[in-house]
Amino acid sequence: MKLYFKYVGMLLKSQMQYKASFIMTTLGQFLVSFTAFLGVYFMFSRFHSVKGFVFPEILLCFSILLMAFSLTECFVRGFDVFPRLIQSGNLDRILVRPRNEIFQVLTSNMDFSRIGRLLQSVLMLIYAIPASGIVWTFDKVVTVILMLIGGMAVFTALFVLYAGISFFTIEGLEFMNIFTDGSREFGKYPLSIYGEGILKFFTYVIPIALFQYYPFLYLIGRSDNAGLMFLPLLGFVFLLPCYGFFRFGLRRYKSTGS
Amino acid sequence: MIELKHINKTFKVAKRNAGFSEAVKALFHKEYTYIHALQDVSFTIGDGEMVGYIGPNGAGKSSTIKIMSGILTPDSGECIINGRTPWKERISHVKDIGVVFGQRSQLWWDVPVIDSFELIRDIYNVKDAEYRKTLSQLIELLNISEIVRTPARQLSLGQRMRCEIAASLLHNPKILFLDEPTIGLDAVSKIAVREFIKTINREKKTTVILTTHDMQDIEALTERILLIGKGRILLDGSLSDLKARNSTHKTLTIEYSGERLPISEHMTVSRDHGGHAELIIDTAHLTVSQAISYISANAEVKDISVTGETIDEMVVSLYKEFEI
Repeated sequence: MKLYFKYVGMLLKSQMQYKASFIMTTLGQFLVSFTAFLGVYFMFSRFHSVKGFVFPEILLCFSILLMAFSLTECFVRGFDVFPRLIQSGNLDRILVRPRNEIFQVLTSNMDFSRIGRLLQSVLMLIYAIPASGIVWTFDKVVTVILMLIGGMAVFTALFVLYAGISFFTIEGLEFMNIFTDGSREFGKYPLSIYGEGILKFFTYVIPIALFQYYPFLYLIGRSDNAGLMFLPLLGFVFLLPCYGFFRFGLRRYKSTGS
Repeated sequence: MIELKHINKTFKVAKRNAGFSEAVKALFHKEYTYIHALQDVSFTIGDGEMVGYIGPNGAGKSSTIKIMSGILTPDSGECIINGRTPWKERISHVKDIGVVFGQRSQLWWDVPVIDSFELIRDIYNVKDAEYRKTLSQLIELLNISEIVRTPARQLSLGQRMRCEIAASLLHNPKILFLDEPTIGLDAVSKIAVREFIKTINREKKTTVILTTHDMQDIEALTERILLIGKGRILLDGSLSDLKARNSTHKTLTIEYSGERLPISEHMTVSRDHGGHAELIIDTAHLTVSQAISYISANAEVKDISVTGETIDEMVVSLYKEFEI
């Protein structure tokens, strides 16, 4: 763990070498997600509610998802840009170092400019917490925290899966963005608004609804089932097959060396 | 102790012809060719040895290095390094080895070199006192005290390579793999790198395995060479073996005045521009002094020089001999 923070320090130092670039990228990140916010804002200035969800509720949902996503993008960036690690041959370097491969991939890259996006989500959350009209009891706070943690687990799993696929093909990778960037876009709104089919897909295949939709229902008081608040923890289960797939790819890499 | 026994490795490579329709076809049906990167490779390298591993591009040098460093798993065969199989016990194995890939950096690009060194110390869990000792030795031997506080990206290639080598020795490995360590370096840096490799091999008894295309490296550093071509070990012997086997010819370069150079038996003219000629003497039948005295007796010689076959030429002729 100490080593992890040393890596963090190193990467921070590296990125701070280019301060102007860092600030611009951070600002850019902020603006990009700000336009997404504007999209939601303008839509609600016309329609007031979507499937019964009102503006502050949507913001709450959006901010939690965005926060989980940007934290994951910041700290699990190594898996997100994993194809580069293969292409540059730096994976070989990782394999000749006496540390766990996963640990080394995690520490090979972190993108702190994602703070821009994080900031956006924090601002929305700050607005939505009082505006949503939720009575903030202890279990509601826990729900939000679990949603965040579960969200990070699912996004991490998606990045790991993405990295695993890149052992086999570079061409088909864009396809995976449907699930990573796509789910960030989809996930702005509670997933039920897209209809039953999509909701099922995002429950059983890519379990985004587990941390975004179901606990959210409990959070805003649409459901009284307190069990829903623990559903995000199931997101960790999704990590297992993705991790297994990555290990499988790594084994293949070691035998093909491509 | 490094022991390779009957290592085989085959790569499956997808191939397709150029053109869009071929690319579409390849999406559904791929044709593969099999490349036998290594075929029945066996050798043993003792502790403290320094071995030059040479061969043309694509001969299998890097694959062998990758297998020995645990990056690649062979299809069949055995590889035991210090009692361990590299790809099975990766983590404990790599603690004992240092690897320098000449064309890739292991330093963190944007931070001073010394910061990279400290992180590597933590990665390898090197004790502080030991680290300080090794570091000061390395800094002195490689003459990098001036540059360790500079970010890696601002270093020249020669400076960077010296830092790379230092970085892979911070944990005092028993075995050092150098994959083209002098590639792209100028004469001064090359000599510095070579001197250093010699020193650590001598003083720390580090086993060094060096791949290179630079025959001067081989000449300056290694007693033993392994020649690989098309995935097979073609020659395992000392440099003098190689020389003895090949130096049956000497080349004389002569400047003379006159029309044509008179030649005797066992001499062949490889070039004669009238006044400037190159002769090849078959030393099995004619000594160099005999040849010189014959020529100077029969022509007005202005200048004369004798060269043996360079290692480059020997390797080329070996390639020819083995048809690779």
